Amino acid sequence: MKKVSLFLLITFTINFLYAIENDLILQEKFPKKLSEFSFFKDSQAQIPSDRVVPYELISSLFSDYSYKQRWVYIPEGKKASFRKDQVFNFPVGSALIKTFYYPIDERNLSLGKRLMETRLLLRKQTGWEAVSYAWNDEQNEAFIKIAGKTILNEWIDFEGEKRSVRYRVPNKNQCKECHASNDAVMPIGPKARNLNKVFDYQDGSINQLTKWMRLDYINRIEIDLNTPVDWNNEIYSLDDRVRSYLDINCGHCHISTGGANSTGLYLDLTETRLTHLGINKKPVATGRGSGGHKFSIAPGKSKESILLHRMISTDPGVMMPESGRSLTHHEAVELIEKWIDNMDT
Amino acid sequence: MQNLFLLFLLSVCAFALEARQLLLGPSENSSEEIQEALIEMQPGDVLTLEPGEYFFEDGISLDVDDVIFEGSGINETILNFENQISGAQGLLVTSDGVTLRDFAVLDATGDAIKVIGADGINMVRLRTEWTGGPKETNGAYGFYPVESRDVLIDACVAIGASDAGIYVGQSRNIIVKNSIAQYNVAGIEIENSYYADVFDNLASHNTGGILVFDLPDLPQQGGHNVRVFRNKAINNDTDNFAPEGNIVGEVPRGTGIIIQANSDVEVFDNDIYGNGTVNLSIVTYGYATDDENYNPHPKSIQIHGNRFGDGGFDPDINTGELAAILFELSDGNMPDIFWDGILPMNQMIFGQPDKERLVISNNGDATFLTLNPIKYILPFFDPVERDIKAYEGKVRPLPEVILN
Repeated sequence: MKKVSLFLLITFTINFLYAIENDLILQEKFPKKLSEFSFFKDSQAQIPSDRVVPYELISSLFSDYSYKQRWVYIPEGKKASFRKDQVFNFPVGSALIKTFYYPIDERNLSLGKRLMETRLLLRKQTGWEAVSYAWNDEQNEAFIKIAGKTILNEWIDFEGEKRSVRYRVPNKNQCKECHASNDAVMPIGPKARNLNKVFDYQDGSINQLTKWMRLDYINRIEIDLNTPVDWNNEIYSLDDRVRSYLDINCGHCHISTGGANSTGLYLDLTETRLTHLGINKKPVATGRGSGGHKFSIAPGKSKESILLHRMISTDPGVMMPESGRSLTHHEAVELIEKWIDNMDT
Repeated sequence: MQNLFLLFLLSVCAFALEARQLLLGPSENSSEEIQEALIEMQPGDVLTLEPGEYFFEDGISLDVDDVIFEGSGINETILNFENQISGAQGLLVTSDGVTLRDFAVLDATGDAIKVIGADGINMVRLRTEWTGGPKETNGAYGFYPVESRDVLIDACVAIGASDAGIYVGQSRNIIVKNSIAQYNVAGIEIENSYYADVFDNLASHNTGGILVFDLPDLPQQGGHNVRVFRNKAINNDTDNFAPEGNIVGEVPRGTGIIIQANSDVEVFDNDIYGNGTVNLSIVTYGYATDDENYNPHPKSIQIHGNRFGDGGFDPDINTGELAAILFELSDGNMPDIFWDGILPMNQMIFGQPDKERLVISNNGDATFLTLNPIKYILPFFDPVERDIKAYEGKVRPLPEVILN
């Protein structure tokens, strides 16, 4: 009898230790420390708790060459519902978790990494809320940063070059600058179309949507998803790669429901009108962002295209995106340069 | 009765207790303190900045409804962004019912104060300035409310913007008054907007003083119901320093007022002089567009009771095409008021409906020039017409703008 209750107690304690703190997700006030949510069994090693499932996007947003690890949590007994070309409708109590980090040396990942921040999107009763937790120097806890934080970081890149970044942990308002859709906070990545790829789970490799169905996180999806491609994979066409890149990097804001609606420049994957895609489109309220150029995209002339000029620039009054970037994404610039130069004039 | 009064007192107290007064002064961490306060404010709160200069490396933003963010005076509380490293504007407001007053935003790397999608925004006694004088590297806009409604800009000062000092875009229900716009490319610009009253302002030493524009391919277009009155659009004499590509980059130095592609614009009781290219021009949007919903022609424009002084004495024929064409057509005798005369094809042939016709009345001895587009196309005809009397007509006053 005694043994049984001890066993029960231990099981209970372990479950208690690794159970997600659902109330903390729902409550109005954010806890001070990331660990309070219990999203991770081992936060330093970023080992997730049960029901906290890792995922990847086919193409992801450039954030100053940082690496990202993503997880989704959906409370027991609930499901996210599918919406074509939109983010899943996640149930109240869900959490999207994203950790930003830099490897010490990109040539040898076993040398370890430095965690920058873990961003949370929490689905409360009233809608999504965004918050970020910045990791301490000891890397054993992340603390809430309502007003954001600046972290100076250095790493060694693939070429063996020493790189440095003035990394900005966004404040609550800056989260909304990208995550606003019709003025409400909205996730960007987890649309079915962005998840439609194989992921190497601990228990084997399988398509992420299939995995989510098996976990009962979503119902079966039986329509064509309009899936983007990995912009960095050369087997795909230049056009598909560029449109996929622009979609995930620009399309959340440059869409009729997004923050850059007033520009008339729309770069999401579903846009088909050439003027709105920027082809021979005159700038509107671009100011010195135009760099003296007359069109967002001047076909055949990448050097005369505002879109590329603003991707290259690191001047905050010129560059795009407006936040979340302080370095130039050279590989993407090269890609889009080629795309514009190959357009029929 | 007594009970009622008590109830009233109680409710006042309850409200007063809820609203907080927050006070911050300059310190080493003031940029963080201010941003944190702007995030943690609750509706009804007032955040006051003491006199002093506050330095920022990152843009700041406000997303809480119904709060007041104020300084202690346009020359006393200075938000200085000369060392800005991140953020596309100095101050960004994305919430409703906000009042900003009594401070200055200096040397922002992009726009100074941008307001997106606000339902109610009051900007009162504020200054936006780039302190190094007119330069292409200055930020684009001083005051930049966009996609907003019930916009008030009152007693503000805008200096040195490389696009427009005060720019209201794709908004409705707008009042811009008692303000000063100087040394900008455009002083005051109302673009793709509905129901705007622009009055008692001074627009001087800009490239162009006051612009009322409408552009294609945008979510809100068909700008209409704009009243421009009791302003001084004078001595606009700064060389155009806008980066190329922008529509204002084509405004010639020395333009008082331009109306482009709007309908129902009433310009009255203004002082318009000292503008070296042209005091007032009314023009069609000059680029090809395949936007079928866009009307590139100005219509129902009324210009009356203005006081015109000297103009056209130093035309800037090197910027854009307007000044050069006008200079050639007028033989150097530049008019006070210019209309390009371009009408939709059907109206050129069958005439313009009465209510859409240009009305020019009671403008003293102002001179006028327009083009007869049919004669312009045909050889051997002089397309220039200067008879201002032909445009006299009964004024149909536009309604006053009332903010909610």
